[in-house]
Amino acid sequence: MKTRPSIILSNYIRAHSLKMVHEANASHIGGSLSISDILAVLYEDILIYDPKNIRYEDRDRFILSKGHCCSALYATLALKDFFSINNLSKFTKFGSDYMSHVSHKVKGVEFSTGSLGHGLPFAVGKALASKLKKKNWEVFVLLSDGELNEGSNWEALMFASHHKLDNLTVIIDYNKLQSLTTIEKTLRLEPLKKKFDSFGCCTFEIDGHNHYQLNKYLSKKFKKRNKPKIIIANTIKGKGVSFMENEIKWHYKSPDKMQLDNALKQIGLEI
Amino acid sequence: MRDIFINCLNKNIESHKNLILMVGDLGYSVIESFQKNYPSNFFNAGVAEQNMTGMAAGIASEGFHVFTYSIGNFNTFRCAEQIRNDIDYHNLNVTIVSVGGGLGYGALGYSHHAIQDYALLRSFPNMTIYSPGTNQQVQNCFEKILKNKSPAYFRLGKVNNNLKFVEDKKTNEGHWVKISKSEINDSKKCILTTGGVIEDAIKMQNSKKYFDYDVYSLPIWGMKYKSLQPNQISKWNEIITLEDHIEDGGFGSYILECNALTENKTKIKVKALNQKVCGMVGSQNEIKKAIKFIN
Repeated sequence: MKTRPSIILSNYIRAHSLKMVHEANASHIGGSLSISDILAVLYEDILIYDPKNIRYEDRDRFILSKGHCCSALYATLALKDFFSINNLSKFTKFGSDYMSHVSHKVKGVEFSTGSLGHGLPFAVGKALASKLKKKNWEVFVLLSDGELNEGSNWEALMFASHHKLDNLTVIIDYNKLQSLTTIEKTLRLEPLKKKFDSFGCCTFEIDGHNHYQLNKYLSKKFKKRNKPKIIIANTIKGKGVSFMENEIKWHYKSPDKMQLDNALKQIGLEI
Repeated sequence: MRDIFINCLNKNIESHKNLILMVGDLGYSVIESFQKNYPSNFFNAGVAEQNMTGMAAGIASEGFHVFTYSIGNFNTFRCAEQIRNDIDYHNLNVTIVSVGGGLGYGALGYSHHAIQDYALLRSFPNMTIYSPGTNQQVQNCFEKILKNKSPAYFRLGKVNNNLKFVEDKKTNEGHWVKISKSEINDSKKCILTTGGVIEDAIKMQNSKKYFDYDVYSLPIWGMKYKSLQPNQISKWNEIITLEDHIEDGGFGSYILECNALTENKTKIKVKALNQKVCGMVGSQNEIKKAIKFIN
């Protein structure tokens, strides 16, 4: 059976992300690995864009609100020809645009984030602008689960729902770990689906590493009229690298050479 | 000043269809005409200033010019990080309209005293502060805001000042505007104001102590226009800055910093609100009197 192109892309995203974080001695590889499948499906199957014309008016807008996991997005954009793959070696380097919280100075990035709770209000503004301009392009925004502690997200959801922004898709990277410990031990989010539904959203809970499910539920055809769509993507922090999975330390640590080699071997790509 | 602002919006929307007014559930008896006539350009974001400001950035990123409207600290301090990261860093066309600047809502208590706003807003590199002192300056500033298409802070005092000043039409970024000449020719002393304190400066000039001071105002300023200040400062032997803002980090501090960048020998005194106003309740005139604002 032929492997889905998005699965191949997700493997490359993981491999490049690991390499970037290793070379830069940077943090946040755990979260980057947990969103790799989501990014792969978005950029392979869902979003409309033109890497040769990054301001293409009818493109869909993607906002990475969990900006600390930008290594995965930079890798995705490079792999989808927004810029040369060689540019990834500039990650965190002095004078480069590739800072370790996502930067709009990088081709294909719509919005810089880094402080949590900023991406969703901005995305809601864009979705409203699309409606005001009577356009068909849509807005996708990817949030972390810990980020839902920020009240600005709930303010934004009230507005999006009140104004029936059904051109907005909010994806939650629900890996159940935040900065210091689990979501459960920090500020419990459950019952999360009920919370979103009670805010007037249309919520789906899926396996955030299953490309079939991601493709189906992220599809623009799969929506409820007049309601913002929420995808709770159940994920594993560090997904794809056994010794990183569900380990809080990979929110901070950078893999050394041996760990990198081991990780790349597990992914099956020695780039 | 609020009404003049809304009139400016009403007047310009036909030629600037990309204007959006977003209010934080405030503006009773001010915003209704715009809301009624241009419903698709009006949004009430509710009592949620962080979201209002982030959304404003998102809308502006698609080519709109968004005005966020609220009282004093609500659309500035409450959402300071959204202004910093979303609007200013991305250099987006959002104008933050704050009414009751200074002690305009003095009777409503410390929560409503907008007396630290300059300190916050002037720390953002792309932000221009528009702090008019007369009705005419509100209109002049509005025209500049429309033209500049960049982050703006529009501070409207709760004054209705129809004072006609010497250089009525000259309101340029970073340039001082002559308001009133003193009795003596070629005075080397001036009172330099920003915001709704021009009448206080005129009162000072009418007193024996300050009769030989010219009065100027700087209604459009900010980090971008610092380099324009030393030359204007150097024309004077003495400058008294006057503002309805706490003395730390405000307009006087700005002029002092600009002066410190040069070899100028100009003596600069800062007249501003002191910390005793924090928690003091009363009309702006009562509070100013209590702290001997213009003595």
